Amino acid sequence: MDFLFTEREEMLRNAVRDFAESEIPQKMADMEKTGDFPIELLKPMAEVGITGIITPPEYGGVGLNYVARSIVLEELGRICGAVPMALEVHHMACAAINDFGSDGQKKQYLPLLSGGETMGCFAVTEPTGGSDLIGTKTTAQLKGDKYILNGRKCFITNSHTSDFWVVIARTGDGPKGLSAFIVPKDSPGAKAGHKEDKIGLRGANTGELVFNDCEVPMANLLGKEGSGLTIALKTISETGRTGMAATALGILTAVYEEVGKYASERELYGKPISSLQAIQFCMAEIFTQLEICRLLCYKANWLKDQNMRCDNETAMAKYYTCEAATNAAKKAIEIHGAYGILKEYTVQRLLRDAMVTIPAGGTAEVARVVLSRAALAPFKK
Amino acid sequence: MSFQGLPWLPLRNDEPDSLCNNIGKGMRKIVVCIKPVPDPTHWGRMKMDEGSGTLKREGIPIIMNPLDKHAIEASLVLREERGGEIVLISMAPSSAVSILREGLAMGADRAVLLADPLFAGSDTLATARVLAAGCRFIQDVDLIFVGNQSIDSATGQICSQLGELLGLPSVMHVIGLESENKGGMIVTQKIEGGYARLRAGIPIVLALRREVNKPRHIPFSGILASERKEIRVLSSTDLDMAPGLVGLEGSPTKMAGVETRRLERPCERVKGSAREIAEIITARIHEYGII
Repeated sequence: MDFLFTEREEMLRNAVRDFAESEIPQKMADMEKTGDFPIELLKPMAEVGITGIITPPEYGGVGLNYVARSIVLEELGRICGAVPMALEVHHMACAAINDFGSDGQKKQYLPLLSGGETMGCFAVTEPTGGSDLIGTKTTAQLKGDKYILNGRKCFITNSHTSDFWVVIARTGDGPKGLSAFIVPKDSPGAKAGHKEDKIGLRGANTGELVFNDCEVPMANLLGKEGSGLTIALKTISETGRTGMAATALGILTAVYEEVGKYASERELYGKPISSLQAIQFCMAEIFTQLEICRLLCYKANWLKDQNMRCDNETAMAKYYTCEAATNAAKKAIEIHGAYGILKEYTVQRLLRDAMVTIPAGGTAEVARVVLSRAALAPFKK
Repeated sequence: MSFQGLPWLPLRNDEPDSLCNNIGKGMRKIVVCIKPVPDPTHWGRMKMDEGSGTLKREGIPIIMNPLDKHAIEASLVLREERGGEIVLISMAPSSAVSILREGLAMGADRAVLLADPLFAGSDTLATARVLAAGCRFIQDVDLIFVGNQSIDSATGQICSQLGELLGLPSVMHVIGLESENKGGMIVTQKIEGGYARLRAGIPIVLALRREVNKPRHIPFSGILASERKEIRVLSSTDLDMAPGLVGLEGSPTKMAGVETRRLERPCERVKGSAREIAEIITARIHEYGII
């Protein structure tokens, strides 16, 4: 057993930390104000290899593994959670096309995503809910050599910054009646609808996709007809949940650093508040949570890299880390006293950002439902 | 960068072509000197060795001297224009391999680490001797870049010393670099009160300031490529260096002593009416000779 990062992984962390610290802070005020992703960051991120990190080199990517991706998302999240949030969904589109796409689809779409020409988008959730995949109502009917899509997707990350969307729609009845499509945004009848105004992760664009007799060529079917559920579950579980967990891990790291700095500088009764046991215990708790979350996240990614089943571990990592980041951020605000509720202090943003990670990619309750099945399986009579 | 309104030293266009001794040729080798320095975020934990007056670096993480990244960037740009091979060179313990690997990930071609216990405690002159020997070992060097100074000792002496030892011209405080058609370089140097533009032939040693460029971010593909690049380790024997010329023994600089000074501003609280306060402040300004 080895818990150490390799020299390559340490270099990767340093490289992306340097990128995040020098390129993102100046964009944050705008992100908070407009709720838009700083699209001008896409090209520099592509040059470094962030956008194509898990995409094979033959499709313009770097071809690194999920542990490497987690390092990258964590480091970006340490500076601004919205950036890895947008990127992890971008990677979901990359993974879905790479895992299930034809060679032609990979050649057509993956270089655009790796090269930062556009962002990736993966649309499952509908107004009736995202976790109930079988309840998907958006339809895709084959007419001639085209599929006609009708329906509405909501809470879709990168809805307005992506040139094509991976969309799950119903081509038949039941669980095997779902299929995935690559829908260019300028398809007839396709439209990016309402843009959401979120409380946190504001720089990650979230919105609706509307399909009104939207025409998609047959060639844009991703995988086989009826494989939509497999594509959605695999992508959400392996790429989505690991991505959200890494994003929350970055936020938790930022919380730890903010509290540590503040507690060491802020003086009360002539001493820094870090000398007070109440604060020390808080620091110890956040420090421990950070370690637990790191272990959960990197183990889940490691399992994925070994091609081993990891759905329980990704669910655990995702729900636990997102909740831990939120709880730690709340505690951080309390430690900051009245300063904690001022917008000029970072901790309030960290709480808002952490809270948004909880429902994204499946709520904690859904994760617990999934995990309870695994937990009780050995005792089933 | 705008130089508008700043005084310039005129560039002499009547310089003889003999200055540029590789007219029409590309670059052969560009050497970039790299110094590992203690990570500033850990400076609070750093102690001085009272005996030798040197920094105790054990246990303190190292980073690449920030200006050295600008030097690597300059070499990469130059290689894109004029070709050549970029060789990183560093006099440091073997732990500096990770720093050289970082430079290779930025895009340098290979690295040479000059590591020998005999080099420990070298001052700038002894260090320059080792680096000069390294440059001679590398051979066919057309250009040597160094960071203008390091963040730990900030002496800024290596550039001139290296130039003297190798018999090459050297320019410090470089903030601009252009390749000249004739094969030389046009160098913009920051000088007191303004800037100077100099035409320089090669080989030459140049010390770069941060204004010269913005170092590129390390691409992930560069990290993968760096794993296949050579880092050659050379000892004093490989460089054929006499022990008396390096390390503490070969260093004429002797630290007389090190002490930590606490600087405190005297603070005088002034009370009274606005007029009285103004009079006291005016009196103090005259007293301290500010006006």
